[in-house]
Amino acid sequence: MTTTTPYTAPTGEQEASRTTAESSTAVRRRRKDWQGWLFTWPFAFVFVFVFITPLVYALWLSLFQNQLVGGNSFVGLGNYVTAFQDPSFWDGFGRVLGFLLIQVPIMLLLAMVAALAIDSARLYATGLFRVVVFLPYAVPAVVAVLMWGFLYSDNFGLTASINDWLGGTVLQPFARRWVTASIGNIVTWEYVGYNMVIFYSALKTIPTELYEAAEIDGARGWQVVRAIKLPAVRGAIVIATIFSIIGSFQLFNEPNVLQPLANNVITSSFTPNMYAYNLSFAGQQYNYSATVAIIMGVFTAVIAYVVQMRGSRKEDR
Amino acid sequence: MTRPARTTRTTRTKAAAALAAAALTAVTLVGCGTADDPSGGTPAGSAADLDAALEEGGELTYWTWTPSGEAQADAFMKEYPNVTVDVVNAGTATDEYTKLQNAIKAGSGAPDVAQIEYYALQQFVLSDSLLDLSGYGLGDLEDQYTASTWSAVTADDAIYGLPQDSGPMVLLYNKEIFDEHDIDVPTTWDDYIAAAKKLHTADPSKYITNDAGDPGFAQPLIWQAGGRPYATDGTDVTVNLQDEGTKLWADTWNELVEPGLLADIPTWSDDWWKALSDGTVATIVTGAWMPGILEGSVPDGAGKWRVAPLPSYDGSATTAENGGSAQSVIKQSKNPALAAAFTRWLNSSEESVDVFLEQGGFPSTTAHLSSPEFLAEAPEYFGGQKINEVLVEASEKVAPGWQYLPFQVYANSVFPDTVGAAYTDHSDLNAGLQAWQDQLVAYGNAQGFGVNK
Repeated sequence: MTTTTPYTAPTGEQEASRTTAESSTAVRRRRKDWQGWLFTWPFAFVFVFVFITPLVYALWLSLFQNQLVGGNSFVGLGNYVTAFQDPSFWDGFGRVLGFLLIQVPIMLLLAMVAALAIDSARLYATGLFRVVVFLPYAVPAVVAVLMWGFLYSDNFGLTASINDWLGGTVLQPFARRWVTASIGNIVTWEYVGYNMVIFYSALKTIPTELYEAAEIDGARGWQVVRAIKLPAVRGAIVIATIFSIIGSFQLFNEPNVLQPLANNVITSSFTPNMYAYNLSFAGQQYNYSATVAIIMGVFTAVIAYVVQMRGSRKEDR
Repeated sequence: MTRPARTTRTTRTKAAAALAAAALTAVTLVGCGTADDPSGGTPAGSAADLDAALEEGGELTYWTWTPSGEAQADAFMKEYPNVTVDVVNAGTATDEYTKLQNAIKAGSGAPDVAQIEYYALQQFVLSDSLLDLSGYGLGDLEDQYTASTWSAVTADDAIYGLPQDSGPMVLLYNKEIFDEHDIDVPTTWDDYIAAAKKLHTADPSKYITNDAGDPGFAQPLIWQAGGRPYATDGTDVTVNLQDEGTKLWADTWNELVEPGLLADIPTWSDDWWKALSDGTVATIVTGAWMPGILEGSVPDGAGKWRVAPLPSYDGSATTAENGGSAQSVIKQSKNPALAAAFTRWLNSSEESVDVFLEQGGFPSTTAHLSSPEFLAEAPEYFGGQKINEVLVEASEKVAPGWQYLPFQVYANSVFPDTVGAAYTDHSDLNAGLQAWQDQLVAYGNAQGFGVNK
């Protein structure tokens, strides 16, 4: 336990007497607070201008409607009402929700298996393995998706070769029913390594005494994993899950880069972010676009918050 | 040369950055409320003012993706040393329009002169972003251009740009494949459909052409078929994607789409270039600017390709325009007279158009279209065929009276969402056109137009 002493600025000044001590502390405290704020301004300035201002501006935008003919008018929550009744928006939302429920568990499970495998000390060349699994994350997402686009091409790509070899058209990565899975495959490939690193670093922080104690108690292999490793990385799992939820709701790069290859299947409202992008840049509906962005932001925040609450509650137990 | 309505998607790779930029734009916009609005009336001026502006000099920014843009600007600066032109490639087609729209909305950062395709001009006219050049006496240039390109840049008495090039539609075909399968060059769409069946039956890996659904391709074919689905009168807009001509196109094209006689390869994709190279795709239905691109991009096709008139519906030689661009002066320009003078030089002077032609462009100026040297050109790539004779012939047969929507950029962006499904599912295009129509009507009305009212 550390004692809580009030922080004094290292000015070297001495207190004159006991009688003035109380008031001088109060003065010093107030000055301390003020100086503290002074130090935050480089952050606060940037924070307000690149974070708060655009957010407030987007909120402001979402209350208006700027028509090509007729100009700007205040519509209150009209855009929100429209969005909640907009099938294009819900279609995209449903897609990312499904994506989240299926792709995220698969990806995190694979990442966990990889992390446990490295941590088990039963593999040769774990360093190499770790780098290889992590490598896709180091490839810029756009480049990675372009590359996958070539692999997926059923005219001339790897897929075409496999289809030739098997005969017929077994693989159709860009068919309407498969395209979301194809994107999920790319995302999984990209982020398994990243999540593995999170899990692995959490595993590394487990004190060795616990393993020793487990060994003395006669725990072996899977028991150690279940009783020590998994509970210890629960915090990391929560973090990785939250990142993945945010990533899923913001799905944009992958479908957007693949779109020229599957124009009719990856529609302009394939994901909410793509919808927002196309509303504003193809349709000049900046206000409605801001509305969609804000709704998605709120959804994401709420779901991420719920996951965090549930995750940390388990941790306390 | 201009590619038509190429979807933005190719270079949307910077999409994430664009989203971030959008957030930052929000910051920038806050400070832009006071930007002066240079709108209002036609500029008072004359051709003499333009000469004076050239003499006086100044700086200009010019956005273009025309391959010869840089060389043309260099030639211009050589002739008028007082003027500096900064040529910027701000992206192709829709990518450029997005940036242009943002700059116009922000009130600063737009170029003085920009390349805009004919189909997108209306959209910028509507937002009052383009300078009317008639005030500088540029209406006198009318005789220099083909009727279809001139009508594409004018509305009532206003002139919103000068035509750079044109894209009368023709048929490019791979003669080697045609000979191998004993197919005659089709002169009607019925012949074309028969050829498609014959080729694909004889060799299932080969297709008469590719079409994965492309509004920049479908609309000129509707134009050719006599469809006039769009009409704009002020803010009253009519959209009828089931008029006689549009239905004629859809019913004809259905015969290719429904049995799967078209290769499902998006135009301009990497696969497409490969398909043109290896003979998977035997013909391209395209604008007159395509031969130059084909020669540059598909070296393997040397000697194999030929140019023919567009197949017709009824035996007449009617064709339509596919793509083509104008150069327009943006109202934001600080030096509109100089910008107008540059535009005039760019698209009407001998020096400039020569540079443009050297790089394989297809002109919009009648003088060049009828010049004997131009007509006599017989590129090796096309087996020594005098291709310009066919192309120029096509430029004289463009059907009049076509109008694009004042929100055509948006309309094209939702084409894949609606009509696109028919291509993918090999189903009736008419149903897709209906869905497209519904979306266009809803959008137009939400934007304050009176659509179909």
